[in-house]
Amino acid sequence: MLNYTLRRLMFAVPTLLIISFIIFALLDLAPNDPTGNLPLTIPPEVRAQIRESLGLGQPFHIRYLKWLEQFFVNEPLNVLEKMTGIEIGNSAERLRIRSWATRSPVVDLIVERMPQTLLVVGMSYLVGVLIAVPIGVISAYRQYSLFDQIGTFVSMVGFSVPTFFTGVVLIVIFSANLGWFPSIYDTTLRVTDWSSFWAQVRQMVLPVTVLALYNAAQLSRFVRASMLDNLNQDYVRTARAKGMRERVVLLVHVLRNSLIPVVTVIALGVPTIFSGAIITEQIFRVNGLGQLLITAIQGADIPLVQTLTFIFAVLIVTFNLIADILYGILDPRIRYD
Amino acid sequence: MTDTVLKPREGSAAPLQTRQRTLASDVWRQFRQHRGGVIGACIFIAIVLMVIFGPYLHDIDPKALDVRAKNQGPSFAHPMGTDNLGRDMFAQVLAGGRTSLSVGVTAMILSLCLGTTVGVIAGYVRKLDGWLMRLTDLFLALPLLPLLLVIIMLFRDTLRKAFGPETGIFFLIVFVIGITSWMQTARIVRGAVLSVKEQEFVLAAKSIGTPGRRIILRHILPNVLSPIMVSATLGIATAIITESALSFLGLGFPSDFPTWGRLLYDGVNFLTINPSRVIWPGLAISLTVLSINYMGDGLRDALDPRIRGR
Repeated sequence: MLNYTLRRLMFAVPTLLIISFIIFALLDLAPNDPTGNLPLTIPPEVRAQIRESLGLGQPFHIRYLKWLEQFFVNEPLNVLEKMTGIEIGNSAERLRIRSWATRSPVVDLIVERMPQTLLVVGMSYLVGVLIAVPIGVISAYRQYSLFDQIGTFVSMVGFSVPTFFTGVVLIVIFSANLGWFPSIYDTTLRVTDWSSFWAQVRQMVLPVTVLALYNAAQLSRFVRASMLDNLNQDYVRTARAKGMRERVVLLVHVLRNSLIPVVTVIALGVPTIFSGAIITEQIFRVNGLGQLLITAIQGADIPLVQTLTFIFAVLIVTFNLIADILYGILDPRIRYD
Repeated sequence: MTDTVLKPREGSAAPLQTRQRTLASDVWRQFRQHRGGVIGACIFIAIVLMVIFGPYLHDIDPKALDVRAKNQGPSFAHPMGTDNLGRDMFAQVLAGGRTSLSVGVTAMILSLCLGTTVGVIAGYVRKLDGWLMRLTDLFLALPLLPLLLVIIMLFRDTLRKAFGPETGIFFLIVFVIGITSWMQTARIVRGAVLSVKEQEFVLAAKSIGTPGRRIILRHILPNVLSPIMVSATLGIATAIITESALSFLGLGFPSDFPTWGRLLYDGVNFLTINPSRVIWPGLAISLTVLSINYMGDGLRDALDPRIRGR
């Protein structure tokens, strides 16, 4: 197992390097000029100096290597320093990746936006899983029953209807017509007492519902299929034959075995939900990472876009790795050597 | 000599086995069993026909402004009402459907060609298998939505200058969606090719000296057609969703060139005044994708020989 993990790690590193190269090259070869939006009255010498100050003077490969060093060595050190408060090396001299638009370090911007995304995305994923598992279990146990047919239809609708439409429909119904929930997420809200906590819950309801429904639709199909695979196995008959209660058979024996592939699917889905959150954040004006990415893209803020896109890539590679390893740990039948 | 061709008696309970059974008729018979698939196919065909022929029946120009009739509810002249500039919503949804569907179909064809090529080569040529599958894994690890947004942001203006605002964006979006969605097809096709190429008829073809290219085209491709067809169907749905998501984020087609996603995006600002501006294009997207998904489901069952035998 350790051997396998190490091998997978060895493969993850070149993958990440190639992805980082693709992202860097794509943004670099693109036919646009970062000084293009500046006033035309700026003389060419000054323009050249501005390009220099943005770090664009050097050839491509040197900038790429510097960016890599920055991303993998310097910025993690900065974050570590901020979190622990211990000074590592000469931190005042260390370079930062700076956003062109705000001139502030990119990492600070990301750290600022992270909690909102994590709260909304994490909560919606949790709710999605909590909805999906019981629905999947019941529809597999009562296959072809009315519940199963309705569940199949609803989940088909759930993942066919794009989140930007469900979000908008929920806004029309619940905030425009009924006025139950706010349609805009207020990030400045601080939870200090019960009323502000209640306000926080109310503003989270709509974005969390949209994402949770979408996830639950996909996951419940998967739970159902996995349960159906296991319900016909011999060990289920054995368990029933030795007189175990149906509830124990279903919820202990079958469910535990069926959740093994589901767990890996859940792990694999984490990065996609982050990119799915880009759209949901845009609808409900949650100023999280996705919204940061959209503003950065609209403002052609290359360093910020590079860093954010690469963070998404790191998330995908990491969770693929986690899913693979989890599968090996949870399922003793899987042997990698 | 007497002609003794038995005609199948009509209305008999047991059909005589004289009519030749072909693969297509078997698949069709199985497909008809899948209620969801049939309904999905009907709805999808209805949507396609409406989008193609609708503008001839409802011949209001989708770009025609009529400010005096702005933000109207549904009426006989405007079945879906009008927007804030008095443009007819129904005509816009029809025009948007043309773009959305053609983007979906074209992007699907592109990704299907790419995926099939990569899959067939990886499955057939053992030397390239490892490398091509690494490439597929690499593409699967790319953060697609952010990258799509970045590519469109960067190359939009150049292509707009080169091909004009509409064709340029069309090419860009189709290309970008196609090139980022071929990986699943490649994996499925590779698996199918790996199992087909070990069968005797391939060996027979090889032994009579058929060149590799013809083995692939005449013997292997027809046998892996069913997974390709299923992923083609589902590919249209994904492409439509991706295109509308891009338009919804404001990075798709320009607003004077409606697509369903773009109409939805433009309608969001008028949500409280005129919610129908959001509902109609959204319903169109959802219904199309839902019907395609059901159709794909039915097709998968119909093309699966293990299920069809029963």
